[in-house]
Amino acid sequence: MRNESRRRRKRQFEDDEIITLENVIKAYSAGAPALDGVDLKIKRGEFVFIVGDSGSGKSTLIRLLLRELVATSGYINVMGYDLGRIKHRKIPKFRRNIGIVFQDFRLLKELTVYDNVAFAQRVIQVSGKEIRRNVPSILATVGLAGKYKAKPRQLSGGEQQRVALARALVNRPSILLADEPTGNLDPKNSWDIMKLMEQINENGTTVIIVTHNREIVNAMQKRVVTMKRGVIVSDEERGMYLDED
Amino acid sequence: MRISTLFYTLRQGIKNIGRNKLFSLASIATIGSCLFLFGIFYAVLMNFQNVVRATQEDIHITVFYEEGTSEHRINEIGTMISRRTEVSRVEFISGEEAWEDFKIILGEHAAIYGDDNPLQDSMNHEVYINDVSTQHTLISYLESITEIRKINRSNILADVLSGVNSLVAYATVGIIGILLLVSIFLISNTVTIGISVRREEINIMKYIGATDFFVRSPFVIEGILIGIIGAITPLVLVYFLYETVVEFIIRDFTAVASIFNFLPVELLFQTLVPVSFAMGAGIGLIGSVTTVRKHLRV
Repeated sequence: MRNESRRRRKRQFEDDEIITLENVIKAYSAGAPALDGVDLKIKRGEFVFIVGDSGSGKSTLIRLLLRELVATSGYINVMGYDLGRIKHRKIPKFRRNIGIVFQDFRLLKELTVYDNVAFAQRVIQVSGKEIRRNVPSILATVGLAGKYKAKPRQLSGGEQQRVALARALVNRPSILLADEPTGNLDPKNSWDIMKLMEQINENGTTVIIVTHNREIVNAMQKRVVTMKRGVIVSDEERGMYLDED
Repeated sequence: MRISTLFYTLRQGIKNIGRNKLFSLASIATIGSCLFLFGIFYAVLMNFQNVVRATQEDIHITVFYEEGTSEHRINEIGTMISRRTEVSRVEFISGEEAWEDFKIILGEHAAIYGDDNPLQDSMNHEVYINDVSTQHTLISYLESITEIRKINRSNILADVLSGVNSLVAYATVGIIGILLLVSIFLISNTVTIGISVRREEINIMKYIGATDFFVRSPFVIEGILIGIIGAITPLVLVYFLYETVVEFIIRDFTAVASIFNFLPVELLFQTLVPVSFAMGAGIGLIGSVTTVRKHLRV
């Protein structure tokens, strides 16, 4: 067991893997497993699309990577953390290395743009001085420097997603997970967000995007992992969003 | 913990109370009722104990000896009795002293005895006890001494005092216990509602990497604050009510006032204030900690 763990660690280090899944099964109480023997390796700095129909297991995969769920069996390692064996008290520290963006933005409505982003730093107890330095800088990166006083309801969908992106990035995560980030956006805003994510990836952050947006996936020419009924049916560099069936 | 985090947690705790006004008020009112009753019972109990203490200072057991018991042996027994933990002091009354005291009661009828002392053999010990409730133990001990002929005791008064004292104490504990449970239950409900109102924010915190402590502490602060706020009103009420009632009794019920030597409100509040705040904060702490542990596993 210990030798196996050492062997895995050595290979992950040498291959520069930031995420490793080996034969991962996630079964809920009834029905077929949501994930059924998934193997996946993602290297540091990659840009990966995960595509598939509803019920293909994409959301379960994201929740496993966040250690919101625990796999029924198999091995998951994210940034050196063995998620099957991680202690509960270490989970917050682990999550601080992952930025997450949702389809519905999940901004705090009563807070301003500035406070929504600062919230992510307050939660991990960053000092006030650092917050005052980091938040304007990240808002400038996502193009919202002039709207820091606005409340979410005063912003367009695209702008709200930029705030969510700023909040996900302000703690300088190694991985950015985005669950349908363009699901509520028009095509122009969708493209703007994608370009922003590409730019973030070019700065070294590993970006993993779960999406249904065929047009964007096909145009971006990135790695595409396609899931169907809990298994990975294709995994291609510069892949395409395959047609169903 | 950073100072800024501490203030953030405090602010969030206060905000939680505001967000959830109705339930917070209900919790404050229940804790207030609980601590108000506690204050009333405490005041009654303390005053009653004060009366009991004053009364039991006068309660004593009189021990008479068999005829022919030597003075040396009587002194020896007196020393043995005085060493008992139940005993506060022992006084020896000689036959002459007993007769002198009795002559006062007899008045002019005492003259018929002339110089004769009919109580020559009634030398006795007056045994004063610390606590009326221990009288039975002491009497059992005294009855085991063969030289003791007779024991006069104030059974009824001792039993009544001891019984009423226990009754008031049990009633206080019982009522307060029930109210404490109701208060904890209500605080728990308030915190549960607070958690559901802030579920979205908590989920975001969870994804960002907030620790359990950071997520939970505002709710614990909320519980403690509700408890402390709940303690203030009853203390003020008890303060003025006590003074009013005592003044009223002293003015209109002089017979009662002559028995009850009422304790000053300041003396009562030396204990009541810290205990009420500690109870309020404790109820809040227990109610909120148990709830966040149940509902907020981050």
